[in-house]
Amino acid sequence: MSADKDEDPRMNGIKSKIRVVPDFPKPGIEARGFIFGPPIALAIGAKFVPLRKPGKLPGEIISEDYVLEYGKDCLQMHIGAVQPEERALVVDDLIATGGTLCAAMNLLERVGAEVVECACVIELPDLKGRERLKGKPLYVLVESH
Amino acid sequence: MFAAENGLKGDPRLQAISRAIRVVPDFPKPGIMFQDITTLLLDHKAFKDTVDIFVDRYRDMDISVVAGVEARGFMFGPAIALAIGAKFVPLRKPRKLPGEVISESYVLEYGTDCLEMHVGAVEPGERVIVIDDLVATGGTLSAAIKLLERVGAEVVECACVIGLPEVKDCCRIKGRPLYILVEPRLSDECC
Repeated sequence: MSADKDEDPRMNGIKSKIRVVPDFPKPGIEARGFIFGPPIALAIGAKFVPLRKPGKLPGEIISEDYVLEYGKDCLQMHIGAVQPEERALVVDDLIATGGTLCAAMNLLERVGAEVVECACVIELPDLKGRERLKGKPLYVLVESH
Repeated sequence: MFAAENGLKGDPRLQAISRAIRVVPDFPKPGIMFQDITTLLLDHKAFKDTVDIFVDRYRDMDISVVAGVEARGFMFGPAIALAIGAKFVPLRKPRKLPGEVISESYVLEYGTDCLEMHVGAVEPGERVIVIDDLVATGGTLSAAIKLLERVGAEVVECACVIGLPEVKDCCRIKGRPLYILVEPRLSDECC
């Protein structure tokens, strides 16, 4: 679902502040997810768990490979950060193809957590990332075509 | 300056914050006792206290920009910015920021690295704090200060959760004050 754009007056303010830069590649959940995730976690009383590129997390980790347009990438999470049956929200700034979010969901489900929803500020709906979320709901604030 | 010597002596929040940080030996290379803040982020109360201590310090200092150093500075900076009514500006490794950038190189133990900021994110005369999880040699924070001063901003203070002993006696970076919550622990077995 998308936040109701016609009724919430905050949406226009948010949308007008996002700059579109043509022809620039986009890395994954690290690190722009770190900008939105922690304030949300703090406000709702939840833990914040960073999902990172290889080599960044110092402790014991699990890894999930995922496919890019050209080649592969990999997302990692600390073992023990998330317990079985914890209810998790995955946050990123943007969803495009959904590959990164899908890898994130896989990591969480592998440790027995329940992914409740994925949340992004921006969706690029033409890339149909919503369909790669294994049936889990996606909540976005604005769309960009 | 360390928080404990500057108004927060005996504050139990500082002990809890220190204990919530995990020490990982020999990461990223042998001999380094890595101070892992991801365990602090799992402890909601300690994480909130960390942010609150910085917010309490900076909310009345007329700060309009919180600049966070990639990537662990991003985990603390935005929450502080939101609470004090300031902008958050990410300072990033090369080629991550899509718009026009200014760059500042700095020296590492072996080789050099580079920090970038979007042109136009910070205006001349703005009062800025720079946030990162940890300060060791101060090289990264120095580069951050230079970027901000190059666009005419005033760096009021640098703030870090953890400060290595090297900075304890020299509590300024490029003449700017440094505010630190805790010292590193040597291992997970003590205290």
